[in-house]
Amino acid sequence: MSTGSEIMAARTYPFGDPDRLNLNPLYEQLRRSEPLTRVRLPYGEEAWLATRYDDVRLILGDARFSRAASVGRDEPRTHPHQGESGMLAMDPPEHTRLRKLIAKAFTARRVETLRPRTQEIADQLLDGMQAHGSPADLVEHFATPLPVTVICELLGVPFTDRDRFQLWSEAIISTTSLTPQQIMEYLGNLHAYIAGLIAQRRAQETDDLLGAMVKARDEDEDRLTEAELVQLSAGLLAAGHETTVTQLPNFVYVLLTNPDQLAELRADPTLIPAAVDELMRYVPLGTAAAFARYATEDVMVGDVLVRAGEPVLGALASANRDDKVFEHPDELDFHRESNPHLGFGHGPHHCVGAQLARMELQVALQTLITRFPNLELAVAEEELPWKKGMLVRGLQELPVRW
Amino acid sequence: MSGQWKVAVDRDRCIGSGLCAGTAPDHFELVDKKSTPLRELVDPAEAVSDAADCCPVEAILVTDATTGDTVAPV
Repeated sequence: MSTGSEIMAARTYPFGDPDRLNLNPLYEQLRRSEPLTRVRLPYGEEAWLATRYDDVRLILGDARFSRAASVGRDEPRTHPHQGESGMLAMDPPEHTRLRKLIAKAFTARRVETLRPRTQEIADQLLDGMQAHGSPADLVEHFATPLPVTVICELLGVPFTDRDRFQLWSEAIISTTSLTPQQIMEYLGNLHAYIAGLIAQRRAQETDDLLGAMVKARDEDEDRLTEAELVQLSAGLLAAGHETTVTQLPNFVYVLLTNPDQLAELRADPTLIPAAVDELMRYVPLGTAAAFARYATEDVMVGDVLVRAGEPVLGALASANRDDKVFEHPDELDFHRESNPHLGFGHGPHHCVGAQLARMELQVALQTLITRFPNLELAVAEEELPWKKGMLVRGLQELPVRW
Repeated sequence: MSGQWKVAVDRDRCIGSGLCAGTAPDHFELVDKKSTPLRELVDPAEAVSDAADCCPVEAILVTDATTGDTVAPV
């Protein structure tokens, strides 16, 4: 057993610039020989990095690891600004007070009722892409407007304002693509915009999620503060489209560059739900582990003693490639018997939009491959433009032809 | 034993998100990556109904042990 943090020299983290959707091979090496390692990020204090599935799940799910304890600490991070993380800086039961206000709107059952409308949106967007003609940018024509329309309708945010809040939303997932000043300015704009929508609902009730949250606040002010209401709504709007918007092109890119698996999906569309979860496992969405959990007491993580007060980062993408849990983990396999991946996280902060994202991705992939049986990349793979300076890996554009 | 709650988890429906065990660690644990109540009968506790309310697939059912009425999810 290691005696703790003082004996190990810290590695520089992240391990180099992200290379498309390839996971740095150092993660595999660490899972084998040094599952908890010391890392130093560009900003903030030194931390542990967990790379094995069991350890990552432990730090995400065990109540002895806290996000609330990050408040006031110099959090390990890839960007200069230490953003307000809202619910992600809270622990149960405080966190639960807010989580349960929105959880109802995102259950599997509720999300299923949105499937027909999501299908309709997907059909209309692909009609538009067809009319535009080959080649076309899938990000612009399909992957962006689909999730944005769905989250707008769910929340009750006018889709016609998207040019404004889409720009401001980038502030939530930017690391260095925006300056700290821009991030402050955009977040301020986003919050002011949401405050306007909230005021409208006080004047006239609506039956959307934003209306329900306003009602919850006004009926019982102990349930959430005005600031929490604004931050929570802004967070849902931003998270609701920066994530699926990014992941959908990633998925299509993986399928177009793995023709055997794509052919399998075309031959048997009942594989789509399993494929979406396998792609969630396989695609390392984050550019680096983030949102360190702080130990509130001494905890053994594997063979390593993490001392009270020390931060631990969990590498989700590495956990998803752990061969102790996933056979042939580096292969894309739509026939896994179970797929307990951590693509949506784990524990109290498990992605609240997970079921919505699954449904959207299922509808999107199925509709796309059915409507465009000859879909392929319109440029050489090396020419695809990848985003830089973000918490997530994604394509700026995905030019396709058919 | 009147006034107690009965806690049940549908393991077929459970996706192992870990929300319940993280939200109410005194009442739920993950066994083979699926949620399991630590006790079937519990004294009423907000953490238990919260866990049922937060479950993304509504796999947790909390009922009044005497009347059988649903306590959560609501």
